[in-house]
Amino acid sequence: MQLSRDELVRAYRTMRTIRAFEDRVHEEFSAGNIPGFVHLYAGEEASAAGFCLHLEDRDNIASTHRGHGHSIAKGCDVRGMMHEIFGRKEGLCGGKGGSMHIADLEKGMMGANGIVGGGPPLICGAALSAKYLKTGGVAIAFVGDGASNQGTTLESYNLAKVWNLPAIFVVEDNGYAESTASAWSVGGSQLDRAKGFGMPGHQVDGHDFFAVHEVAGEVIARARAGEGPSLVHVKFSRYYGHFEGDAMTYRASDEIPRLRKDRDCLELFRKRVLEAALLEESELDGIDEEINSHVAQVTDEAKAAPMPTERDLLTDVYMRY
Amino acid sequence: MARKSYRQAINEALRQEMERDSRVILMGEDVAGGMGAEGEDDAWGGPLGVTKGLMPIFGRERVLDTPITESAFIGAAAGAAATGLRPVAELMFVDFMGVCFDQIFNQAAKFRYMFGGKAVTPLVIRTMYGAGFRAASQHSQCLYPLFTHIPGLKVALPSNAYEAKGLLIQAIRDDDPVIFFEHKAMYDEEAEVPDEAYAIPFGEANVTREGEDVTIIAFGRMVNLANEAADRLAKDKISCTVVDPRTTSPLDTETILETAAETGRVVVVDEAHPRCNMATDVAALLVQEAFGDLKAPVRMVTGPHAPVPFSPALEDLYIPSAARIEAAVRELVAGS
Ligand SMILES: Cc1ncc(C[n+]2csc(CCOP(=O)(O)OP(=O)(O)O)c2C)c(N)n1
Repeated sequence: MQLSRDELVRAYRTMRTIRAFEDRVHEEFSAGNIPGFVHLYAGEEASAAGFCLHLEDRDNIASTHRGHGHSIAKGCDVRGMMHEIFGRKEGLCGGKGGSMHIADLEKGMMGANGIVGGGPPLICGAALSAKYLKTGGVAIAFVGDGASNQGTTLESYNLAKVWNLPAIFVVEDNGYAESTASAWSVGGSQLDRAKGFGMPGHQVDGHDFFAVHEVAGEVIARARAGEGPSLVHVKFSRYYGHFEGDAMTYRASDEIPRLRKDRDCLELFRKRVLEAALLEESELDGIDEEINSHVAQVTDEAKAAPMPTERDLLTDVYMRY
Repeated sequence: MARKSYRQAINEALRQEMERDSRVILMGEDVAGGMGAEGEDDAWGGPLGVTKGLMPIFGRERVLDTPITESAFIGAAAGAAATGLRPVAELMFVDFMGVCFDQIFNQAAKFRYMFGGKAVTPLVIRTMYGAGFRAASQHSQCLYPLFTHIPGLKVALPSNAYEAKGLLIQAIRDDDPVIFFEHKAMYDEEAEVPDEAYAIPFGEANVTREGEDVTIIAFGRMVNLANEAADRLAKDKISCTVVDPRTTSPLDTETILETAAETGRVVVVDEAHPRCNMATDVAALLVQEAFGDLKAPVRMVTGPHAPVPFSPALEDLYIPSAARIEAAVRELVAGS
């Protein structure tokens, strides 16, 4: 699939924004400025970008506890996200959700999720809405390798299949669920699971934006055409711990430096577009600079912004009560 | 006796019971950790390191890491309990009961009754609860009232390290399914904990101090806040009895009724949401059994009827505080 210049720039901007955002959150967390549980998506950017570049606001995604990347790729406001992570009143969820619950339903982002395997059933519902209301929309559940073993996920495969829903299940396999290797925890294979439920299954190198983007285009087109669900097994790696504060002693000591050097999705993207002379280096550097300063600015703003107050504690529980 | 943290006390109870009885096994997500990975084995010991060090002693045969599949492994623990093992399963956060509740309340809890007294299900589910960790709505709930509601389950809420060791040992030796609630904000809190194994019987409340003016009945971590409030009130010559029921099922109604009758004024402190929680349960008990002894209406200090918020500014307002307990006591004393 040939990407236009605009699409290439958009893809790069998305991935760079996620990286800059996550690196800054890592820094702020390490300095003790961010409370709670924070799970970073750095290293995995090509998956969120590769899928979401095909999507519009009418399409829904459900994310995971590792949700910043999907949120950014689906169009959530970066300033609102940073405010949310700092628990500020102007956060995307008023400071009530935090990192694990970032959502923007208007953008078709149905939420990061604190419950592993919480997303796939919701995505069956979003796909049902799209089908029933004839919006032409599709729905995508991102799940980790760990979440791929959850009953809710496997039940959703079946429901999506028997209802012939425009649903896509993206198994983001970063090698680990917490400290447990996916090589151990996943019985059988993701592709065999897809086959078992009668869905097309694809495996793709998640460090390679172009590979992800191509497969994503195919399964999304299939869903839009009413031909039912698919599963995509994306293999890649995460750069930071399971959550911030994880010492990662379960990983070989050279694993991350090796990945950063040889398999970094942003570096691979740059190399590819520069070699093919699709974009100029100065342009990419300019994007980096602009995004870094934007992330720095929203971070400074978030840190200085007001917290919610007692008046906010009991609002939003119901529409009316 | 040495000072030990809540975390160490729980770890020690598990180790001693595993040494004592080879049928005791552990299972849960990353209870050892590092399964199938290239780095350190026993890399985690649970997300907050509570079970760390047990796998190297007892091996992977007795410390089983599981995939993320609560419905299957909590159910497996129930099935294993009914067929000769004494599993201690870790449901990492009690909020995840949503994924596996059927196996707990329709299966494990009811085996004995449904099967006419023939089943024995010595299952322990250890789980983290409570707010204060900035962990937001799906990782901060109390939920012990939901388990307390179910006949067939026992529910323990240790309020410090000493209680944690003794109640966990009792839970493991108990022949009924026990849900063992660990407050995630207490793991580093220390108390004097004997080195030898000891069991604290279920259904026997601990009266942590005796006073004349007001009886404070508090659950789990709230016991410590109640004691803190009582210390402050003592300076103003208001003396409180503080009761830690230790288990919500069975509940030591006798001690609650006795200590309520002695002061005639009761504050119940429960971190859970205010509807159908332990505070309303105790209040109903007092109204039915001790109405004549009460000099004033029962006061409840609880979390609000709202999910737990993420923002530290909101979460601090959410959690019952020693100051709120103190204010409730002062109001009671002033009003009568
Ligand atoms: C139902 C449930 N069980 C367990 C957890 C705790 N937990 C949070 S993330 C995680 C690992 C998830 O692994 P994976 O799905 O592979 O996603 P990754 O973290 O690798 O992105 C676990 C066990 C949870 N949040 N919800």
